[in-house]
Amino acid sequence: METFQIIVLLLDATFRVATPLVLAALAGMFSERAGVVDIGLEGKMLGAAFAAAAVAAVSGSAWVGLGAGILTSIALSMLHAYACVTHKGNQVVSGMAINIVVAGLTPTLGYAWFSMGGQTPSLSGDARFKSIILPFAESSRDIPIFGYLYVELISNHNIIVYLAAAAVPICAWILYKTRFGLRVRAVGENPHAVDTAGISVDWLRYKALIMTGFLCGIAGSYLSTAHGAGFIRDMTAGKGYLALAALIFGKWRPVPTLFACLLFAFTDAVQARLQGVDLPLIGVIPVQFIQALPYILTVLLLAGFVGKAHPPKAIGEPYIKER
Amino acid sequence: MAEEKVKFGAPLKIPGWVNYALIPLVNLIAALLISGVVILIIGDNPIEALKVLIYGAFGYPEAVGYTLYYTTNFIFTGLAVAIAFHCGLFNIGAEGQAALGGIGVGLVCLYMDWMPLWMIIPFAMGAAAIFGAAWAYIPAYLQAKRGSHIVITTIMFNFIAASLMTYLLVEVLIDPNGQSPESRPIIETTWLPYIHEVVSMPKTPLNLSFVYALILSAGFYFLVWHTRWGYEIRVVGQNETAARYAGISPSKNIILAMMISGALAGFVGVNEIQGVHHRLILDFTGGYGFAGIAVALMGRNHPIGIFLAALLFGALYQGGSELAFEMKSINKEMVIVIQGLIILFSGALEHMFRPKIEAIYRRFAPARPVEAR
Repeated sequence: METFQIIVLLLDATFRVATPLVLAALAGMFSERAGVVDIGLEGKMLGAAFAAAAVAAVSGSAWVGLGAGILTSIALSMLHAYACVTHKGNQVVSGMAINIVVAGLTPTLGYAWFSMGGQTPSLSGDARFKSIILPFAESSRDIPIFGYLYVELISNHNIIVYLAAAAVPICAWILYKTRFGLRVRAVGENPHAVDTAGISVDWLRYKALIMTGFLCGIAGSYLSTAHGAGFIRDMTAGKGYLALAALIFGKWRPVPTLFACLLFAFTDAVQARLQGVDLPLIGVIPVQFIQALPYILTVLLLAGFVGKAHPPKAIGEPYIKER
Repeated sequence: MAEEKVKFGAPLKIPGWVNYALIPLVNLIAALLISGVVILIIGDNPIEALKVLIYGAFGYPEAVGYTLYYTTNFIFTGLAVAIAFHCGLFNIGAEGQAALGGIGVGLVCLYMDWMPLWMIIPFAMGAAAIFGAAWAYIPAYLQAKRGSHIVITTIMFNFIAASLMTYLLVEVLIDPNGQSPESRPIIETTWLPYIHEVVSMPKTPLNLSFVYALILSAGFYFLVWHTRWGYEIRVVGQNETAARYAGISPSKNIILAMMISGALAGFVGVNEIQGVHHRLILDFTGGYGFAGIAVALMGRNHPIGIFLAALLFGALYQGGSELAFEMKSINKEMVIVIQGLIILFSGALEHMFRPKIEAIYRRFAPARPVEAR
């Protein structure tokens, strides 16, 4: 029974950690499937986290904060689109520029507005997304195994966790079953064909990047108003890059990407539990090594030890009409 | 003169000064304008801030020394990012490679300190180069042979390097008499000579590695434009298919360019550890690796441009600390904002001003004799 409990607690932590990864990876999916590389996921999340925490702290409402986070992220995404789509700039450089600007801007503004060393005031009450107890949680507690699973694992998360879970099928539906999704996929594979069909490549990529900004905004807001209680400097700590790696590992498809995110999150949950534990044969693994585990895993996975990834054909290339 | 005659209808060639001086300057001004807006938003006077910044960077002899000391790091990382750019690679990992270079320097200075200074200098520099190059080798190999994207791998290697550094300083190299995660100080005979010990100027952290950075810049120019290696690297960067047809191996040159890049980034460790801090400390890389991207982009991957851009960033860092000290609402992160904006304008938005500037130039260009047809 105790092993079972540990596993359930690990999975519970996995869900919490996976939420921003899933949302950010889905965000990246729209951008990259439309042919625009987006290493700016990190910066967009960080910007959204700051905006959400700052606005939630002032307005006292987590939902208003979420809105501010989403708007900030969309604005940054539009900057990316302006540089990469309108002016055909280098997409990796643009993403990196956004990451660096946001990494500097958030503590600068935080310092000037709240004078708390670059943080925002800690949030409480309605300014945070609280855990939701799902219906029948109490009454089903006595059912063996299932009841425990329901109460500990499924219930008692905040709304954004459920939103992330719902986002996977919704995004898959948008990408594979709607006209917009078909066009996004087409523009990432062969923008010339899309252009020939009389559809604006630029506008389509702008729309895809709006989706990216929207999802990234939720991911960032989750970090500061649901998972944490306020903004801390560099609180994304590489999650944007991990999400991008999960997207590549998931071969730019929603469901495999979800599992890649869960894998990364599970490694993170395990590392939190492994700290200072004396393992048989190995002994105590240094904390720093365990913390580096998700990154090492990413490198190994991307090195193609689990099959080769085929990116969208037109990815990274600005679309030039006459060629 | 015969060269000045152009064919009728041929597009006017844009002269170098527009390309290499005017456009970077316009980009810089745009970045500074937006930064000024940010300063306005947080409630300070941008003109005043600029004055403090310039005075802080160049206003008195110590300031110049500090500015040049920061410049040294930016030359190293700028050259590092530039050599990778020449090969068509984006090395975001200069930060991690610099950290590893520092470990190499630290190990030599800690455990081979029986050597006289003239012997330890080449050893420490060699260690910095080898450690940095080795850290760049793995992402390069994975890019060249396994096709994993170098941008993501080098980012991951930054995180891994940070963990490795923390592990070494917390568990292995920590000073037994100290509490904080840093090594014992290295003995004075291994220190790099300060410039103020040679030339008469006030005490600053500026040390011999500045001279070394200048020599490396010249070496960089020679390597990239006057050797076969440099030529092959540039061909691969321009067109991999063409390189393959010409019998140049792309994977060999990707690995070579990245290892040179890693070695160059590693030299930050020489300046910081052997030159200034005199012990291994955490986070001595201080964002120089990321700033290297901006330096290389602004300097158009040319050593002279990189030197000027590095000087600008050195001034921003030094003037920025002065700014954080003088003005209440501005802190050091403001410099990172400016740095990011420079990357944005001179890298991502490089096609925004260029066509307009070129059009204006064409309009007002001096008339040229046209070859008769």
